[in-house]
Amino acid sequence: MQPFTKLTAVAVPLDLSDVNTDMIIPARFLRKPLDARYGSYLFHDLRHDEDGRLRDSFVLNEAVYRDAQILVAGANFGCGSSRESAVYTLMGYGFRCVIAPSFGDIFVGNCLQNGVLPVVLPEAECAALRAWLDANPGATVTADLEAQTVTTPDGRIRTFALDPVRRERLLRGLDEIGLTLTRLPGIEAFEARYARARPWLARE
Amino acid sequence: MNPVNMSTIGAAKRAPSTLFEKIWDAHVIEQGGADDALLHVDLNFLHEGAFLAFAALRKEGRTVRKPAQHFAVADHYVPTLGRERGIAGVTDPEVRGLIELLADNAAWGGIDHAGIDDPRQGIVHVIGPELGLTQPGLVISCGDSHTSTHGAFGAFAFGVGASQVKQVLATQCLWQRKPKRLRITIDGALAPGVSGKDVILATIAQIGAAGAVGHVIEYAGSAIRAMSMEGRLTVCNMSIEAGARAGMIAPDDTTFDYLHGRAFAPKGMLWDQALAYWRTLRTDEAARFDRELHLDADAFAPMVTWGTNPGQGLPITGRVPDPASASGDARRGIEAALAYMGLQPGTALDGLAVDRVFIGSCTNSRIEDLRSAAAVVRGRRAKVPTFVSPGSTQIKRDAEAEGLDRVFIDAGIEWRASGCSMCVGTNGDLLRAGERSASTSNRNFEGRQGRGARTHLVSPAMAAAAAVTGTLTDVRRLIAGD
Ligand code: SF4
Repeated sequence: MQPFTKLTAVAVPLDLSDVNTDMIIPARFLRKPLDARYGSYLFHDLRHDEDGRLRDSFVLNEAVYRDAQILVAGANFGCGSSRESAVYTLMGYGFRCVIAPSFGDIFVGNCLQNGVLPVVLPEAECAALRAWLDANPGATVTADLEAQTVTTPDGRIRTFALDPVRRERLLRGLDEIGLTLTRLPGIEAFEARYARARPWLARE
Repeated sequence: MNPVNMSTIGAAKRAPSTLFEKIWDAHVIEQGGADDALLHVDLNFLHEGAFLAFAALRKEGRTVRKPAQHFAVADHYVPTLGRERGIAGVTDPEVRGLIELLADNAAWGGIDHAGIDDPRQGIVHVIGPELGLTQPGLVISCGDSHTSTHGAFGAFAFGVGASQVKQVLATQCLWQRKPKRLRITIDGALAPGVSGKDVILATIAQIGAAGAVGHVIEYAGSAIRAMSMEGRLTVCNMSIEAGARAGMIAPDDTTFDYLHGRAFAPKGMLWDQALAYWRTLRTDEAARFDRELHLDADAFAPMVTWGTNPGQGLPITGRVPDPASASGDARRGIEAALAYMGLQPGTALDGLAVDRVFIGSCTNSRIEDLRSAAAVVRGRRAKVPTFVSPGSTQIKRDAEAEGLDRVFIDAGIEWRASGCSMCVGTNGDLLRAGERSASTSNRNFEGRQGRGARTHLVSPAMAAAAAVTGTLTDVRRLIAGD
């Protein structure tokens, strides 16, 4: 997994709350292989009209945001299904960080599995940041996981919290399977104890 | 080791604790950070969508560590028509590939698999309970957010993404963050025509689509205790629509009666041992929750959603809300939802014309759901295209044995095979743009049932009422014989 330390990139304001995973990637794309086209499914039905033409009205279609890697959204971003494809398509498009007042739980887990940083800032801070981005289209934002700050070129520094274990894993890009398998003796001891206490769970 | 002592498993001398904590603590292999733990996973369910997880696992040269603790079933992509031909009846080559890929991956991993023509086939969250795989006290994962369904048995069951599906395949454990505890106590009695679906829609309408983010919900109270397993499964199923990590209900005699004799349920002496343990799985009197909410079951009415998230619901007697009644983000949310749904503020929900009706999904496709829909349909004719997709192949057979299929067919309603179908439409069962549906599924997101499709979530009885009237209708009028 790609570590996340510090990222300075164009940030795009997405003025929507309750952005669900069906909006991030419509279900019909879930059958697609994980290849170079994956980023093109991102927000597909918001970005394109019925005839497949790009909608000028959707913020991501504006030229200044072509290289955006940071998304600043409204509350409850990534709610809905467990589809990790939502994170794959964000990454495929180039995003490495999403800033929002709150997130769907499973979505956060999926971000952390893929080196994408979910930053929780208070509702008012997110709204102010989006307003600032609207006034400064194409401006960059710096997300620093080491310092746990989000900074804008106007000098504003906003701090955020992240569980220390999760932060450490992201900073080092640690693969959880590798990490877990180093615990194998402890896992096996647990399983033996557990199985003795619950003989009815034994299955061939 | 000590001899087995049922009363102390996972509940040694300790502070008063909740049902959730008892299960959590019994599964912690190692404590990570303050809130992080490595959890033992008893059971993981797999469906066609697991192909990305399997691909990564195989590419990394890993194996399935505990094949017996997984169960795979084809549900998300199976067609609901032409099933008598099995896999040969799947016309879309891409879809067929995914169904075959699951069979191939399961065989590779040594995992029990119910394929498209297996008699055990059905929606993953329906067959887990039906086969007796879902049991009290278990930690259950699945790459599907509605895994919360299984919590109705007093299990801690939650959805995970592809990376975590891969992890549980490779290690049989998961790093999990401990959720906060929310108890929703619902006391009182449900009126005729009001079901588990209405309870959960009313609950989400009250707390909001993000109202339980970061929490595990325990449902308690006399209304929950009085519910059948079917009703409880519906309630727990939609916990995720309030943002909860999981929903749970303490197991009781209703749970045990349901489980007894099922294919994977313990038998004989093992049943007695299990039962003794299961009876310890309830929240202690003095246990504390991070949040508590009390609701009055007597006040619930049949519900219907008007917007584009499951929290945007109202009693059928209500009217489409006016954005002007809200401000800021909330106002914009209502405006966007009404624009998508093609609705005007102030419109009465009762009487709103629908184009199609769908009865199915892991939320409402169990035998009791089909009975309640059939009771409304009996002796009437459907006015709009409607189809029923039973939650499992077994439920389809059971319903046919009771003659429910005839009730639907005689009313001009299609009787189809089992799968996720129009809940998510990955199998091709979709609405056309602009079409309005009454649906017993769980999500009314934009585009969920097809691009531009407008979904109103309702109970099975309400869906049946919509089918026979062609409009959203207060089912209580039909029950009263009006
Ligand atoms: S019926 Fe719908 S919600 Fe349930 S498992 Fe299938 S797709 Fe998911």
